[in-house]
Amino acid sequence: VKYDWLPLGLVAVLALAALPLVGSLPTWVTLTVAGLAMGMMIFMMASGLTLVFGLMDVMNFAHGIFISVGAYGAATVLTRMGAQMQSGTLAGDLSAMLPAVAAAIALAAVMGWFFERVLIRPVYGDHLKQILITMGGLIVFEQLIHVVWGADMIPLPRPGTITGSFILGDAAIERYRVAAVVVGLVVFAALWIILNRTRIGLLVRAGVENPEMVESLGYRIRRLFVGVFVAGSGLAGLGGAMWAMYQEQVTPQMGMQVLVVVFIVVIIGGLGSVGGCFVGAMLVGLMANYTGFLAPKLALGSNILLMVLVLLWRPRGLYPVGKA
Amino acid sequence: MRRLLSGDLPRSKVLAAILVLVFLGLALAPFIFPGTRSLNVAAKVAVFILLVASYDLLLGYTGIVSFAHTMFFGIGGYGVGIAMSKMGSSWLALSAGVLIALLASLAIALAIGLLSLRVRAIFFAMITLAVASFFQILASQLSEFTGGEDGLTFRLPELLRHRLTAYYVVLAVAAALFLVLLRVVNSPFGRVLLSIRENEFRSEAIGYRLVTYRTAANCLAALGATVAGVLYALWLRYTGPDTTLSFSIMIDILLMVVIGGMGTMYGPVLGATLFVIAQNYLQDVMKLASDATAGVPSFLQWLPHVLHPDRWLLWLGVLFIVCVYYFPSGIVGRLRR
Repeated sequence: VKYDWLPLGLVAVLALAALPLVGSLPTWVTLTVAGLAMGMMIFMMASGLTLVFGLMDVMNFAHGIFISVGAYGAATVLTRMGAQMQSGTLAGDLSAMLPAVAAAIALAAVMGWFFERVLIRPVYGDHLKQILITMGGLIVFEQLIHVVWGADMIPLPRPGTITGSFILGDAAIERYRVAAVVVGLVVFAALWIILNRTRIGLLVRAGVENPEMVESLGYRIRRLFVGVFVAGSGLAGLGGAMWAMYQEQVTPQMGMQVLVVVFIVVIIGGLGSVGGCFVGAMLVGLMANYTGFLAPKLALGSNILLMVLVLLWRPRGLYPVGKA
Repeated sequence: MRRLLSGDLPRSKVLAAILVLVFLGLALAPFIFPGTRSLNVAAKVAVFILLVASYDLLLGYTGIVSFAHTMFFGIGGYGVGIAMSKMGSSWLALSAGVLIALLASLAIALAIGLLSLRVRAIFFAMITLAVASFFQILASQLSEFTGGEDGLTFRLPELLRHRLTAYYVVLAVAAALFLVLLRVVNSPFGRVLLSIRENEFRSEAIGYRLVTYRTAANCLAALGATVAGVLYALWLRYTGPDTTLSFSIMIDILLMVVIGGMGTMYGPVLGATLFVIAQNYLQDVMKLASDATAGVPSFLQWLPHVLHPDRWLLWLGVLFIVCVYYFPSGIVGRLRR
């Protein structure tokens, strides 16, 4: 199958079109890196949502909860790692951050398992009830976050070696953003390899196309569902942890706030498409940073405009997936 | 009576009794429950009955989920608020504000409907969420117009300044529009909406255009919410993001319509009444419970936190989930069996 390069070209066009508007090259480099970093973090949060929709036809409005829980999980670990954070060496910082990220993923994955098992399983195939049930889950779990972690914002200091910036010519590039881009690329590459080069990925893609057929060939699609849901929640937790360290704070509402952008990305990319989600996330991240610099008041509005334009061009998103 | 209710009678003695009770309670509220707080509760109940009933037209009758209902509620509130604070407290300003708000709501609802209701219902839910949050940010950014986070306070025209008059105006408009909504859902148009909810494929095969009917329902619901927003702003003499636009109000609306009962106009009456009363009085009860459990043994330490008055939404959320699973037609559906 010939790969459809047009949407990727759109990213390049957007970046180049912004250059004359921004005016100065160093600022543009800084903004572009910031936009890509933001895009990567959003991609991590959105990829699980879009996969779950593609495979199970479930739109999880409570996905934001996994993002918040991941952030809180990471914050809980990091605030207890004071000694390692102060060490000033990369090894010390990593020894604090890896457990924090692991905790974020694990916590979100466990919650994802619980969610699938208890809330979503009885309402497969009924969109209206799915939306209602996941909204109910959102209300309850957001309140539980208040019970466990309190309603106040928790400040989250970043470890020393990944704060500060590189200076590249005249452009300052924050180290954390580069780290976020690297992690995002690794996640994307891993997802791509799993989906395209392994047997499980083959089954998942087949499940997206035609679940009944996969089942009738003797594979338990239920297990596949649970696996994908848990993995998607874990990814959201990872994205939440990264996002929290980027913002250097955690609030109970953060998941819900990011979720709006995540939805826009998923719609732009085409419901169910991981590649589309990746391109969409980069578009949204870049757009948000360019407009944030050029016309701060329009930042979210620009993403809605982007969504409308993309939908006018391709009504089912950049990369439409099999099922209508 | 039958004509007034458009032939849609309660069909249950208990339900009829509760509805009469709610109606009498609201109509006589200033006399039987004196005091500012209870009058505020009564006015909020009246406004939210209209707001939630118009939402039920979408969710219960047409089967589509919108997250932009508070946006239309907000447009109504801000329409009046901006007009009254810029043009002074005249009837002209009031009617101009209402008219502009209604037209704006209609245009936005039409645009959203035509853009997103063609594809899939789930698209609509996501897009309304995005648009509504954009609108919320817009309202807080354009602070010279909307007063930002502080909102707008304004004075009412002479005649409405008396609280009792204002209350009865709010109640009368809300009740009249509720009856109009009841008329709409029991009209042939309402039947088509129900058939779309039950089976879109067949309705389309019979020859009804889904986009047209869904968009029309979306516009009607938006207009209802706008009027509710106008009434609420008139009652509070204030419009701000927290009273009209915030996402938590959207969640409140969902709770009210589902707990009360989707797909019947009486559900929102019960849901809104129960919810607003719970919002105002349940917290007092929970405070008692939380204090009473303060001395529990250490393995139950979480109990007072879970019963804390600020956590009342937790319990309504649990009730909501239970309703969606086990009583999809809510309290009203239960009573009608």
